[in-house]
Amino acid sequence: MRISCPHCGERALDEFSYLGDASVTRPDPAAADAADAFYTYAYERRNIAGPTQELWYHQAGCHAWLVVTRDTRTHEISDVKAAQDVALERVNSTTGAA
Amino acid sequence: MTSENQAFRLAGRGVVDRSKTFSFTFDGIPYEGFAGDTLASALLANGVHLVGRSFKYHRPRGILTSGSEDPSALVELRTGARREPNTKATVTELYDGLEATSQNRFPSLRFDFLAVNSLLSPVFSAGFYYKTFMWPASFWEKLYEPMIRRAAGLGRAAMEEDPDSYDKANAFCDVLVVGSGAAGLMAAISAARSGARVILADESFAFGGRLLAENRTIDGINSAAWVKAAIGELSSLSNVRLLPRTTIFGAYDGGTYGAVERVADHLVKPAPGQPRQRLWRIVAKRTIVAQGATERPIVFGNNDRPGVMLASAARSYINRYGVAPGRTAVVFSSNDDGAATINDLANAGISVAALVDARPALPDAITARAEALGARIFAGGVVSDAIGGSRVKGACIIDASGATHTLSCDLIIVSGGFNPNMQMTTHLGGRPQWRDDLAAFVPGAMPKGMTAAGAANGSFSLASCLAEGARAGSAAAADVGFDAKPIAIPASDEESNGISAFWHVDRAKHKAFVDLQNDVTAADVALAQREGFSAVEHLKRYTTLGMATDQGRTSSVNGLAILAQLTGKTIPATGITTARPPYSPVSLGALAGEHRGKHFKPTRLTPSHNWAKEQGAVFVEAGLWLRALYFPKPFETDAQTTVIREVNGVRNGVGVCDVSTLGKVEVHGPDAGKFLDRLYINMMSTLAVGRARYGAMLREDGIMMDDGTAARFAEDRYFVTTTTVNAIKVVQHMELCKQWHWPDLDVQIVPSTDQWAQYAVAGPRARDLIARIVDKPFDVSNAAFPYMAVAELTALGGIKARLYRLSFSGELAYEIAVPARHGELLMRTLMEKGQDLGVIPYGTEALGVMRIEKGHVGGPELNGTTTAADVGLGKMASKKKDYIGRVLAERPGLTNPDRPRLAGFRPVDRAARLRSGAHFVGRNTEPVAANALGHMTSVAYSPSLGHWVGLGFLSGAETRMGEIIRAYDPVRGEDTLVEVVSPTFYDSEGARLRV
Repeated sequence: MRISCPHCGERALDEFSYLGDASVTRPDPAAADAADAFYTYAYERRNIAGPTQELWYHQAGCHAWLVVTRDTRTHEISDVKAAQDVALERVNSTTGAA
Repeated sequence: MTSENQAFRLAGRGVVDRSKTFSFTFDGIPYEGFAGDTLASALLANGVHLVGRSFKYHRPRGILTSGSEDPSALVELRTGARREPNTKATVTELYDGLEATSQNRFPSLRFDFLAVNSLLSPVFSAGFYYKTFMWPASFWEKLYEPMIRRAAGLGRAAMEEDPDSYDKANAFCDVLVVGSGAAGLMAAISAARSGARVILADESFAFGGRLLAENRTIDGINSAAWVKAAIGELSSLSNVRLLPRTTIFGAYDGGTYGAVERVADHLVKPAPGQPRQRLWRIVAKRTIVAQGATERPIVFGNNDRPGVMLASAARSYINRYGVAPGRTAVVFSSNDDGAATINDLANAGISVAALVDARPALPDAITARAEALGARIFAGGVVSDAIGGSRVKGACIIDASGATHTLSCDLIIVSGGFNPNMQMTTHLGGRPQWRDDLAAFVPGAMPKGMTAAGAANGSFSLASCLAEGARAGSAAAADVGFDAKPIAIPASDEESNGISAFWHVDRAKHKAFVDLQNDVTAADVALAQREGFSAVEHLKRYTTLGMATDQGRTSSVNGLAILAQLTGKTIPATGITTARPPYSPVSLGALAGEHRGKHFKPTRLTPSHNWAKEQGAVFVEAGLWLRALYFPKPFETDAQTTVIREVNGVRNGVGVCDVSTLGKVEVHGPDAGKFLDRLYINMMSTLAVGRARYGAMLREDGIMMDDGTAARFAEDRYFVTTTTVNAIKVVQHMELCKQWHWPDLDVQIVPSTDQWAQYAVAGPRARDLIARIVDKPFDVSNAAFPYMAVAELTALGGIKARLYRLSFSGELAYEIAVPARHGELLMRTLMEKGQDLGVIPYGTEALGVMRIEKGHVGGPELNGTTTAADVGLGKMASKKKDYIGRVLAERPGLTNPDRPRLAGFRPVDRAARLRSGAHFVGRNTEPVAANALGHMTSVAYSPSLGHWVGLGFLSGAETRMGEIIRAYDPVRGEDTLVEVVSPTFYDSEGARLRV
């Protein structure tokens, strides 16, 4: 498998390490239901057959975390974004809404 | 010996180099061959057909094919450490001095004692592993398995270490062409002419594929000569890389292909510095599979006898190698291509005794030619059995009317049609499609960027191979942006490709083999079907059909066709088993490459490693690092003595320990304090500039991840340390927090483990020594630089340095860091300037003893199951802020007061030894799992206290202080009474480190 790092270009799989689902984000620790939300966040992960968003780390490269959209059936990668950009968008949209 | 001994060599035929004669031996007998021969062709040139004995039945076996699909011509190549079993003689390139030995025979190839297995064949039938030898159970290990292992099996692996080296390389290209026959060459030429970067790989040492093996005409010249011109053009182009002797063995995601180049397998041994093989990882934007097709045998009685040969192989030996595979042949075919082999046989002076074709009617041209050659023609007939043992002596033929004829011959040429070599198209999950007109599976949907051309695509005629290859090559180049113009298709002579599906002669009297390498017969397939294993994947596993190193390339389709006949289903409805990499065997040496022995993983050495080596240090692996474990004196005979001396040296004087391996991370930015607050369980934003603080961090699930110190050099500049083994993991975690959880924090993380050499200087005389190292006017007095102070300064006369007043040993101690390149100088200077203070170096063992005496947790306590509260750091956790792991650390299960908590343990009998791993049970309680209260994690003999001390986790530790319990160790058979005490055994007030 090859991943196109937004900073380094297309690189082989062995430069990267995998973490997990990028569609879930760390819950609000101050929320009333934080205990349940963190439990779900830490343990209840989905095992999807199809396109998934995953967190990968460019360990042997630029140390960027990436959000990789990958089809688990074909290993086809349709999109790679820097996780920080995705996260900033998320933070800004939350702030905007609030 | 002279070339006259090659009695079956044909004058004026083939592309072998007759000016280069090579000597070789087979089973110790000397023979000769030519450059350009394979071992198989050279053996056949000398009339040798019997080359081995089979896997289960020890039947004599010969040379069936001329390629990497061969299931039977397996030999041991070379001797001693380079001995390689199960090498296919059909692809082994001949070299001068080659030594080969037949396999699986006892005592000799011709007289094999275990051929008696053949008489026991009912015992060895399909599924015998599952049905026989089941009773009594105890016999399996002692009797049955060793017996089967001796009787069945193939070659012997070398027992010595592989003396050769293996290389790994990466390549990138626009178009990868796999196979260099008509389709592959045309594809490579048409892509290369457009300027695309092309790699052309072929598993053989000579490019050309079947063009070398057939007597064909292209553009008016002989096909072998046409190949020479084509390769001439390709090798003149700088955008083309030719990889002969290279098998593309697997297709992987993203256009990645695995390949093995046999760099030196055609030499007695590799030249100095030359790898034996090279593992390529090729990344191709487009790939053209042009691997041709594999002829399949027809399953008839004794079809495994030496002298039974595929028609395509016979043509290879005649046309490419100039070798007659026999004197008198019977041809048994089901298709025009096989039947037309009579032409090549006749050209080679081999008499054709009969043409037997399963089809009721043959093309007129073939019939006329057979008649002209004086061959008997049996249209609608079959060869039911081969006659002969270690060599074919004749053929039993049943004609269309059912009458039996016996003919003498030494060669049975067989052709059941062709299976496209489309394994690569299915490696990523693609399913092949059945084509009735070809009676074969062809590639179905292929992975992105891959196409198939020529015979691999089911286009068997030379004209279609040339045209399809050219089209595929220019399409691939155009696809990736090159201006690829159509190229002229060379003219080729005519041929006919009629076929009628025919698999199996059910009137055979003798064993009829489907899979020659695993000794699976047609009867085994029928048995499996009767016993309910009628799905192809079940059939495969029950009978082992197609599971040998040949990947079933001559057997799989025949097996499932027979199964289809038995079940009354069509072949496509029966299905086909999945082909997986590798296409042909890959040596483990090639996969390992340089990663063997000590090179399996990198070894990291600290800046003063050489100094420690000079001192005779004993080293230990800590992650990738080598750390000094202890520094034995010549008169010290055991490690314990050394470690006790080192501990006493520190506690009573001063010692120096290399702590450069600790993970080190710079955390800078206006939000650095806020960021560290969210990472550590305790507050870091309140840390004063010029001070350090111990910190612990959790995983999100509330379990301890790591511990270390954070030092603050400026408002926006922190420096944190991690444990040696977690250095990389913690940086990854910090980056995740920074980039993904809190992208709005203004903070930067720079790992700096390798940038600093760092030494702990510990003991009552530590200040005296440090004062001699740091540059004036830096004041190291307790008042100016108290416990937990940190500073940036210079040392050793102007070298940038960092000084930390930290203590892991419990003594007055410092850690001093200098840029890595000055590490060795610093270590030598510390030793030199501390001589009169009695300074000693100490290793990680003494460090470990002192940390246990002090009750500091280490790796055995931070074991991935313990919380901060478990290891006694519960009070450190801040209640004023959130941090990673806080919410889940508060789960009821993790805050349960019955959880085993850290405690200290000392033996009631002070002379007793403690053991880590021992389980705690109550004093008067039965030592069973249900009564376990926890276990011992770290133990040491404490020189400071004069007895053993231990740390461990004990349920209800706080309420059990002073209680006597059992430390029960069933593994070592020990049962020791211990007293529960505070984990801090030494200087519990911490007075010694604040002086």
